[in-house]
Amino acid sequence: MRKFIIKRLLISTVILFFVTLIIYTLIRCLPTSYVETMAMQLSTAPGSKPYEVWIEQLNASYGLDQPILVGYFHWLGDFARGNFGDSWKFTVPVIEEFKSVIGISFIMGAISLVLELVIAIPLGIIAATKQYSKSDYIISASALVGISLPTFFFATVLKLIFAVKLGWFDTHGLVGRNFAQLSTWGQILDQAKHLVLPLATLVIISVGSLMRYTRTNMLEVLNADYIRTARAKGVSEGKVIYHHAFRNTLIPLVTIVGGSLPGLFSGALITETLFSIPGIGYVSYQAMTAGDIPFTMFYLTFIAILTLLGNLISDILYAVVDPRVRIEG
Amino acid sequence: MAKKKAEGYLSAKESRRISKQNRKITNELEKKRKRKNVPESEYLTTMHDPNNSVEFDNLHTYFFTDSGTVKSVDGVTFEVPIGKTVGVVGESGCGKSVTSLSLMQLLQRPQGQIVEGEIRLNLGDKAYDVAKMPYEKLQDLRGNFVSMIFQEPMTALNPVFRIGDQLEEVLELHNKDMSKEKMKARTIELLEMVGIANSEGVYKMFPHELSGGMRQRVVIAMALACRPKVIIADEPTTALDVTIQAQVLDLLRNLKDKINSSIMFITHDLGVIAEMADYVVVMYAGRIVEKGTAEEIFDNPAHPYTIGLMASKPVVGKQVDHLYSIPGKVPNPINMPNYCYFKDRCEMCVGRCDGAYPEEVSISPTHKVSCYRYYADAEKGGNA
Repeated sequence: MRKFIIKRLLISTVILFFVTLIIYTLIRCLPTSYVETMAMQLSTAPGSKPYEVWIEQLNASYGLDQPILVGYFHWLGDFARGNFGDSWKFTVPVIEEFKSVIGISFIMGAISLVLELVIAIPLGIIAATKQYSKSDYIISASALVGISLPTFFFATVLKLIFAVKLGWFDTHGLVGRNFAQLSTWGQILDQAKHLVLPLATLVIISVGSLMRYTRTNMLEVLNADYIRTARAKGVSEGKVIYHHAFRNTLIPLVTIVGGSLPGLFSGALITETLFSIPGIGYVSYQAMTAGDIPFTMFYLTFIAILTLLGNLISDILYAVVDPRVRIEG
Repeated sequence: MAKKKAEGYLSAKESRRISKQNRKITNELEKKRKRKNVPESEYLTTMHDPNNSVEFDNLHTYFFTDSGTVKSVDGVTFEVPIGKTVGVVGESGCGKSVTSLSLMQLLQRPQGQIVEGEIRLNLGDKAYDVAKMPYEKLQDLRGNFVSMIFQEPMTALNPVFRIGDQLEEVLELHNKDMSKEKMKARTIELLEMVGIANSEGVYKMFPHELSGGMRQRVVIAMALACRPKVIIADEPTTALDVTIQAQVLDLLRNLKDKINSSIMFITHDLGVIAEMADYVVVMYAGRIVEKGTAEEIFDNPAHPYTIGLMASKPVVGKQVDHLYSIPGKVPNPINMPNYCYFKDRCEMCVGRCDGAYPEEVSISPTHKVSCYRYYADAEKGGNA
């Protein structure tokens, strides 16, 4: 097991090297350039130097005059030493900006994951055990609707109904207008209220696939011979489903959920942006549109590491929950 | 001109109509089955012969599939006497397993349903009709009074639980007051009984750590744990090699003598039947074509299908170029013909074979066959 993990970590490092190389190349090729925008602004000031002079000067000071490969290794060297640089857009060290926004993203991710599990797994089991019944059709159809809805559309519809028409919630932001005047409890409640719509969007959009996954796996397990054996032993129907069958359904579920655990930190770019929640997704979106290379590089590398970690976790969990799987180096 | 459609072709409209109809039928049956607190009088019955442990009486088990109703078991009547072994033979898909699953009510519901007939189970002081028994009541009998040995040892055990836990579960369910230590001792004893040497070790193992033969033994141990009065062995040796097969058969025979239970032995291996069975039931396309004692069936097969089966069995010491095989194939289970199901494959047809499906005629008090060839004899003898 240890040998397997070490091997996987080494392979992951190689993958990470190429992933960051590609990301860096792409960012350098983006049409949005932080430096060009800045040069434009500076040159329009009265009595200023012309644009060409500014851009040359700025390129040199931001290290953009180097070729892409050189720039990449420069970045890689800094990154390996734990020096993530300063964010151009936010004008603070990248790590500081990251720390200030990751909390809310993690809270949102954790709440929506818990809600998803609590909703999807029981409903998936019900749909499977009552296959082709009315409840199965209702559950499966709503799961399909959830999967098919695009986030931006659904979020907008929610905003229109609950924020604009009914006026129950604010359309965006994490805090209300009078946030500063509220007591500590009031502040917490105010933030919670602002999270209702974004969380509803996140959960409804992603609950469907987990539900269908549970249903499919449960159906497969329920048709297995060992379920018939359990029934032949005289096991009650409830115990057949929640002990014999569920324990087997859990194998794929645990691996898929375990694999998504690092994703809790990755934020929800679209939802956060639509609701202007200052989480990691929204902030990195702002950084990307502004051409803020240090912050974007840091965020995308972070996502890449999380993805690799997720795969590793799901492989390890597989061996934990399924006695047939033994990992050997 | 209507295009000529391939056999079994269903238009979308037809298929929808069938599904709708099926749902109506199965919903009604399911509703009946799911009632709460069914009075015992509804499924209490009396055995026709108290020496029988199971009596199948005109059993009809249908599967309502999307392409039509499959009459897997269509009017099957036979009995399993106490302390005897009844072999059920027939080719794949003839309804052998479905008959046995009906006895346990383990059919794939809601598609699979017992639509008609009785399965009388002799509990000693009373008899129950399993076909009408509510599910919860039957739970107490399953694994306890009636148990089943399944044919797929590789998949019949739950992969995520240890052998010991799976075995103990049966004991726990049916012996509520048994202590933990006693249960473990009994489990180890069971494992030893089925010939597993390393019983302590196997107790802690997962199914995937055992070979097919070992797993089959575990399945047998599980079925025998509560000393059942009726054991259904659904091809218990098919997945095993011949040496293990012989051991398993010996084991079953010894155990049967030890606990005096009845065995319903399902197989398509005639050699195994000859060795094990006291009575033989030959099934073809959901019906019994011939039944009798083992001697009668093997020495004097009457139905052309049984004769064909015997002829297609390899005989040691006899040189043949081609092993005989019965020509043709089983009719489509959805559209069964209204004449003898075997007629199209039969080489011994007589004029009357065009008529309706033949009734059962007795050749001897125990030997019965459904074939027109014996009508003349029976009519002469006057016992049709």
